[in-house]
Amino acid sequence: MSARETMTSPIATGPITTGKTFTDRAHISLRDTQLRRNLAKATSTIRAKTAKVTAELPDWEALRDAGRAIKRETLAHLDEHLLALEASITRQGGHVHWARDAAEAREIIVGLAKSYGADQVIKIKSMTTDEVELNPALSAAGVTPYETDLADMIVQMAGEKPSHLLVPAIHKNRAEIRDLFVNEMPGEDTADGALPPDPDALTKAARSYLRSKFLETKVAISGANFAVAETGSVVVVESEGNGRMCLTLPDVMISIMGIEKVLPKWEHLEVFLQLLPRASTGERMNPYTSIWSGDRAQALNPGDGPRALHLVLLDNGRSKILADEVARDTLHCIRCSRCLNVCPVYQRTGGHAYDSMYQGPIGAILTPQLEGLDKAGSLPYASSLCGACQEACPVRIPIPDILIHLRGQVVRAHQKGLSALNGENLAMQGAKALFEHPQLMALALAAGRIGQAPLARDGRLAHLPPPLSGWSLSRDFPALPAQSFRDWWRTRETKT
Amino acid sequence: MKVSLFITCFNDALFPQTGQAVVRLLERLGCEVEFRAAQTCCGQMHNNSGYQPEAVDLVRRFVEVFQDAEIIVAPSTSCTAMIRHQYPRLAHFAQDGALERDVAKITPKVFELSEFLTDVLELEDVGAYFPHRVTYHASCNSLRALKLGDRALRLLKAVKGLDLVELQRPEECCGFGGTFAVKNAETSTAMLADKMRHVVETGAEVCTAGDNSCLMHIGGGLSRLRTGVRTLHLAEILASTEAGMSS
Repeated sequence: MSARETMTSPIATGPITTGKTFTDRAHISLRDTQLRRNLAKATSTIRAKTAKVTAELPDWEALRDAGRAIKRETLAHLDEHLLALEASITRQGGHVHWARDAAEAREIIVGLAKSYGADQVIKIKSMTTDEVELNPALSAAGVTPYETDLADMIVQMAGEKPSHLLVPAIHKNRAEIRDLFVNEMPGEDTADGALPPDPDALTKAARSYLRSKFLETKVAISGANFAVAETGSVVVVESEGNGRMCLTLPDVMISIMGIEKVLPKWEHLEVFLQLLPRASTGERMNPYTSIWSGDRAQALNPGDGPRALHLVLLDNGRSKILADEVARDTLHCIRCSRCLNVCPVYQRTGGHAYDSMYQGPIGAILTPQLEGLDKAGSLPYASSLCGACQEACPVRIPIPDILIHLRGQVVRAHQKGLSALNGENLAMQGAKALFEHPQLMALALAAGRIGQAPLARDGRLAHLPPPLSGWSLSRDFPALPAQSFRDWWRTRETKT
Repeated sequence: MKVSLFITCFNDALFPQTGQAVVRLLERLGCEVEFRAAQTCCGQMHNNSGYQPEAVDLVRRFVEVFQDAEIIVAPSTSCTAMIRHQYPRLAHFAQDGALERDVAKITPKVFELSEFLTDVLELEDVGAYFPHRVTYHASCNSLRALKLGDRALRLLKAVKGLDLVELQRPEECCGFGGTFAVKNAETSTAMLADKMRHVVETGAEVCTAGDNSCLMHIGGGLSRLRTGVRTLHLAEILASTEAGMSS
């Protein structure tokens, strides 16, 4: 029985993710009326906030251009910037590790945690650690990971996956969270189910639970938003302050970061620390921005910061994305999640339908490139290509174009050998033949008019045969009219 | 002005009345309209579904058919967006320099209908009469790919007798998305459900747009639910006059 099923809310239904494709998983999540309400409310609130604080900046469009330009320039010389970052961090007493893939990253981090004798670690900014599936590896090695971001903690307690880049527990409302805390977080605040489902009480309960973890844990693991090559600085941007606890209290700090997150210069932060909070949480300035450059020996105030610093640089498919001329802009992403909040698909299916820690439009292009189209080939189709994501993206990633590009890769993989006989390919080749021969098109339309006769009522078709039956699930289809436009034009020309 | 009509395959086969309305409207406004019978499809379905090499062949066909036209007008926001934004990408994909040059020459001559009326003919009042309560759905391509802004609304506001009611969440997709509506039919339906709710809430008799693909989708749902609201392409409203209704 999943954690979700144990909850007392009569509306909650589970399990959340089953099925191999986005379509299968959406079939389940679309039926969850509570989820639809939670998502509609949360995304519309964030949308309104981001719309306000992006519109008020006179140079917002120029900032977006600058963000894209810096990312493009950095990615064009990524190797140099990464080596510069390694040199700066090493000079300041830190250690840099290179991980080609998820397995190497797990091995490095689990090894480090064990070498410091840790039996538990606290975590913040967990997206990249989720990508490499670090938590199960830590647990298997006898190291218990505790998520300290409030929403990550909720998701971990529920035994679920995050459903939003920025708000991992967006699929849960406060009543559901209250039930979860009562069941999973023993303590004074939750005793006898005394906890009321209001945000203040829930936050207070979580805080007293987390404080003890911060104080007793010696090793912390974080992701990173940026790392600056020239100064050897790692940057974590968060809203709760729990990240700062992780960064200041433990003796050892291990951070993992995708290689695309490096910025060459300190001054580049000026652009991204404006773009990120405004596009992401809709704040003018980010509440807790922690930047650390070197270990305790380098600190301005002696005694500040961790004794040991490690940075794991993760490739895991990124250099392959970089090699793809059309798709490489995917690597611009600063994980602001604005594309999720404006996406009409995400707003209805929720994040679990994407079956990835990267959901929504960016997930639909990033996940298939990281995991392969054989595993995630349904994701590029999880879009109506409405373009809302591209319009919202603070670093101007052309997500619809990349979706189409990836669809092309899926299609061409299915055009080889016998699999070319798949229905869609045959239909597309047939349609193309008609479009190349207008006379054949006229014949096909004539045949269609005869064929539809038994089905058409009042100029409408209420049932279409497979594979078009998905259409007639909820929509009538117009019957072919007796005369096409070109037929009409011909008769008109003959008359005049 | 000599206008070459790109009717689009979709309108040709399913919505001939839209094409007829465009001809009537443009001729009323003094344009000379021609129709080149060799034209077929812009290739949007193939391109958006991942069949890029197939789409490239249709790009070549379009370029061949319309190369020497003065001005090309299409009553479709998505087909115009396809030509303007995807043709250069496809020519680049095909690694065909000559095609890239041909595409660069032809794309500035292609206009979506409302864009042609407001930007080329510089008109807002086209002399139409349509005494009905109407709401306007801005297609995703008109808003985000072509950035047509309020062009269609300005044209509608100038129509005599027309009572224009604005739609809630006008920027949101209706859920069509071509093959998306079939491949992810349930998600598409969930999007459509909200769009239909907003349409019905306006109390309008007619929902209009610059693209019959959105309208086929919205109209197909409105018809299934027997809402009594009908869909009508913008051209058909603009072609209506006191002397005679369009459809």
